[in-house]
Amino acid sequence: MSEAVLAGPAAERPHPGLAWRAKTVPGVAVVLGLLIGLFAVFAPGFASPGNVSNILVQSTILLLLALPMTLVIMTEGLDLSMGAVVTVASVALALTVVSTQSLGLGLGVGLLVGAAFGLANGALVAGLSIPPFVATLGTLGVAQGLALVLSDGQSVVGIPRHVRELYSGSLLGLPIPVLIAAAAYLAFHVLLYWTRFGTYVVALGGNRDALTLAGVRWKRVLVGVYVLCGAMAGLAALLMTARINAGHPTAAIGLEFDAIAAAALGGTSFDRGNGWIFGTLLGVIAVGVLRNGLNLMAVPSSAQVACIGLLVILALFIDGLRSRRA
Amino acid sequence: MSSASAPAASAPGVHVSEDVLQVVYRLAAAGLICLALTMLSENFAQVGNLLNVLRQASLLFFLASGLTLVVLTGGLDLSVGANIGLSACLAATAIKSTGSPMLGTLVGLGTGSLVGLANGLMVTGLRIPSFIATYGMLWVLHGITYYYMAGDTIHGFPAGFRQVGSGYVLGVPIPVYLMVVVLAAGMVFAQRTIWGQQIYALGANPVSARLSGIPVGRRLVLVYTLSGAMAGVASIVFLARLNSAEGDIGEAMTLPAIAAVLIGGTSLFGGVGTMFGTFVGALILTLVLNGMNLLSVNANWQPIVTGVILVAAVWLDLATRKRS
Repeated sequence: MSEAVLAGPAAERPHPGLAWRAKTVPGVAVVLGLLIGLFAVFAPGFASPGNVSNILVQSTILLLLALPMTLVIMTEGLDLSMGAVVTVASVALALTVVSTQSLGLGLGVGLLVGAAFGLANGALVAGLSIPPFVATLGTLGVAQGLALVLSDGQSVVGIPRHVRELYSGSLLGLPIPVLIAAAAYLAFHVLLYWTRFGTYVVALGGNRDALTLAGVRWKRVLVGVYVLCGAMAGLAALLMTARINAGHPTAAIGLEFDAIAAAALGGTSFDRGNGWIFGTLLGVIAVGVLRNGLNLMAVPSSAQVACIGLLVILALFIDGLRSRRA
Repeated sequence: MSSASAPAASAPGVHVSEDVLQVVYRLAAAGLICLALTMLSENFAQVGNLLNVLRQASLLFFLASGLTLVVLTGGLDLSVGANIGLSACLAATAIKSTGSPMLGTLVGLGTGSLVGLANGLMVTGLRIPSFIATYGMLWVLHGITYYYMAGDTIHGFPAGFRQVGSGYVLGVPIPVYLMVVVLAAGMVFAQRTIWGQQIYALGANPVSARLSGIPVGRRLVLVYTLSGAMAGVASIVFLARLNSAEGDIGEAMTLPAIAAVLIGGTSLFGGVGTMFGTFVGALILTLVLNGMNLLSVNANWQPIVTGVILVAAVWLDLATRKRS
């Protein structure tokens, strides 16, 4: 990577351009490359075409969560409630589809439940100025309990076939979840880099007093980010329900950790509000590759979580080194 | 607001320290909850139930006391629940394989302290924000514990060891005595020692603390290690009480422990709070959960109520501080 690129005029642009961002490429790309190389050698069946498509399909739910999580982290926030919100939305929409057989209604309920929790998080963080990690820890408890209360601790089963096909089916030769995730990725790219909302999100990671002086109603933007988080959790809940063929009251607990890990691996920084949507995509694939490869090597899921945790701490350490050097 | 809470001044009707006032409010709240529960349920005001409340509060307080020190520095330790899990499972293995409860206790305390030390080093050495570092630690510990246990349960400990969690002396549960000891030690440490005062100082203003020569890094490591050690204490008492260890032991304790600290009036922004306040916070939360039990509210409502109380406590803290 050349220093000339970093010193170029791109560095002064309000939207960090690709060239400026290039300095964060190596971190996540190297990790991804290492993981792929490692598993191609040691994990049986890793490099087959079927497995590659497997990884992509399995990463879709995580991408739906990691995209809004990136935005939240860019505002120097965090959403710890995401996994629990996916769970409660999944239970609510499963109850809806089982009783009405309507996919549209189920999606509506999922989005609504998710957005409601997002709104609560946004109100607590932006309105009452409660630190995000505590506010969302509180809503985590509420969402988790509500999922158990709604489902009475049981799986909600009997998901109709046309809902299940949302995860297992394909359209034009491509798996439907991959299409949904691709659409979400494009939407977030446009939202972050091409709209005023996105500009404010980037600015929220910096000087908020300056935003106030500039007349920006940034609290609304902040609430919007959390609502987006909740709504995407609702959408992810639909895929999750279709995937496991049930609304399960603890299914998605801890999923927010994978999302935070993916964003952190992708170079989104917790204390400077820097984020990069494409980095998050790579981070999601890296987490997906790690989980898939460890699966093939018959490493239990519990140990995978520990590996991801170590990977994140490593990424944060590198992030810390970068910020000190910069 | 002075952090070194002077005892209420002797002059009649004048200056009472803010810290004391905050604790008095909370004691009044606890009293009101007791009054309400006495009227709502005839089972509440029984000696057996009240001792039960105290015993449940003791477990919560062990965790919350270490956490209080962390929060006083302006940090947070999200890994305490997962720390209980690993410490309890390793301690259980040690007791089962060597037959020595003493060794098991040392393993539990040692594991907890080492995890805390690792947290402290991540926060100070790697400069990772505490809630992220301990959140990552949460999942690392969770993964290790589940991997290690592989779904198994370790149960059946020597009767002498079980006394630590379920025994009585003079009609009072042993954990309650332990709680009194920890509370007294915590209050003396926080209010009456140099290290305690340095912890308040660096929580109130890290920059001026560093400039006045306080070894900020070492005090932070100490605080996270103590938080881990208290998780180790909690794991031993928990183990002795349950007489069995599973991977998910302690998992549900993080949220209540943080809630107890914040209900107790310790500010998330550091520098403000007392150990006794945390004790009252643990008591209030336990009273509420106990009351829900007595009124046969579905146990699934407990995390909901705890979450709401947690957020309300932080909001109250912010609102009162803004006013003053």
